[in-house]
Amino acid sequence: MIFDTTPSQTVGPYFAIGLPFELGPFAVPEGTPGAIHISGTIYDGAGVPIPDFLLETWQADPEGKFADMHGYGGASELGGFRGFARYGVEDGDGTFDIVTVKPGPVAAPPILAGAVQAPHIDISVFARGMLHRCVTRIYFADEAEANAADPALARVPVERRATLLAEPHNGGYRFDIRFQGPHETVFFAV
Amino acid sequence: MTEERRTEPGEVRQIYDPVAETPTSYLREPEGAHPPLDYPPYKSTSLRHPKQPLVYLPQTITEITGPQLGTPQVGETDNDLTIQHGGEPIGERIIVSGRVFDTEGKPLRGTLVEIWQANSAGRYKHRWDRWPAPLDPNFSGAGRCITDNEGRYQFTTIKPGPYPWGNHYNAWRPAHIHFSLLGRAFAQRLVTQMYFPGDPFFPYDPIFNSVRDAPARERMISSFSIHRTVPKWAQAFEWDIYLRGPGATPFEEAH
Repeated sequence: MIFDTTPSQTVGPYFAIGLPFELGPFAVPEGTPGAIHISGTIYDGAGVPIPDFLLETWQADPEGKFADMHGYGGASELGGFRGFARYGVEDGDGTFDIVTVKPGPVAAPPILAGAVQAPHIDISVFARGMLHRCVTRIYFADEAEANAADPALARVPVERRATLLAEPHNGGYRFDIRFQGPHETVFFAV
Repeated sequence: MTEERRTEPGEVRQIYDPVAETPTSYLREPEGAHPPLDYPPYKSTSLRHPKQPLVYLPQTITEITGPQLGTPQVGETDNDLTIQHGGEPIGERIIVSGRVFDTEGKPLRGTLVEIWQANSAGRYKHRWDRWPAPLDPNFSGAGRCITDNEGRYQFTTIKPGPYPWGNHYNAWRPAHIHFSLLGRAFAQRLVTQMYFPGDPFFPYDPIFNSVRDAPARERMISSFSIHRTVPKWAQAFEWDIYLRGPGATPFEEAH
């Protein structure tokens, strides 16, 4: 490292001027076979839904491949798959809703002994009052076997793992995020 | 270099060599590189930060890849905030430019830079901003561009004004432009603010001072550039942005 990074600052209350866009919530085009909604509510430390936040997701396709050109494992061949969603709201009821496909298992790097990662979605949350993004991961409650072998979940205290599990809901999944309290979501240092 | 096109909603622009130019891990930043999530002088942090310690996430393919988007669709003139309406916005016309690097000094080509800001009176075109400064019908305050082959971005805009906010008695934000950078990997994602040199509000602003290290705060301040001014047209400020670079060893572990 020769240079130091530029520090993070909050997105503030007015990010909606610049960041959300119409197709942002769609990680796949509408009508993609297997498309599902993942929705949930983001709660602050008082248990109150946060009305203003920006949520971004990044994930593999059902084959475990990314819409990315890096070439690790080959790029996704799913038509129109972006794997990235951005949901921004300025005075909502705390809920988000993205359209995507359920990711498949993803290969893990060699240092993790080639373990296969359980299906998961990386999440960044930005908001007024957050001086840096908060990163978490969605795992899926109906993937118990894969979750039990996941190298990242293995680092999460057993009693907190349930905070990372999306529950099946209306043909899609529901995933709530809590910033504080007894069921505080696990956040990660990347 | 190759060109690649995908259908909506993802348009992928490939303008660099992915395998040669992308690291397999990103450095873990030292304590204090970024502001703390819990920072009492900035009151809104109190209910919006995790109380539990962050869990170390091993960097996997998910974190070392990332969206490489020209999305939202970036048009040729999206980086000029002064031509988005019928007339010229009021204020000091400025050119804001710089380069995006990683911490090894390598330019990041082809990465999305998005900005938003208040107008010259310090008022955002946003329904929540209700302080009595005038809105400018010729200024919306949002722009975007993709860095070029040298990692350079450039915007033409109006110098934003400072504005009051409700954090504490007589609180004012120093003039700033919000910046959002996707980088090349989920691990590089950064949202920050660019400030202007010599702003008298610096000592009083908890958001600026949430970065506890003075040299780190300096890295958020642009510099006036006579070289980039355009005679009889625009002042210029330069600001380089550094995103995390490669980790020391592939997939390095915490000790």
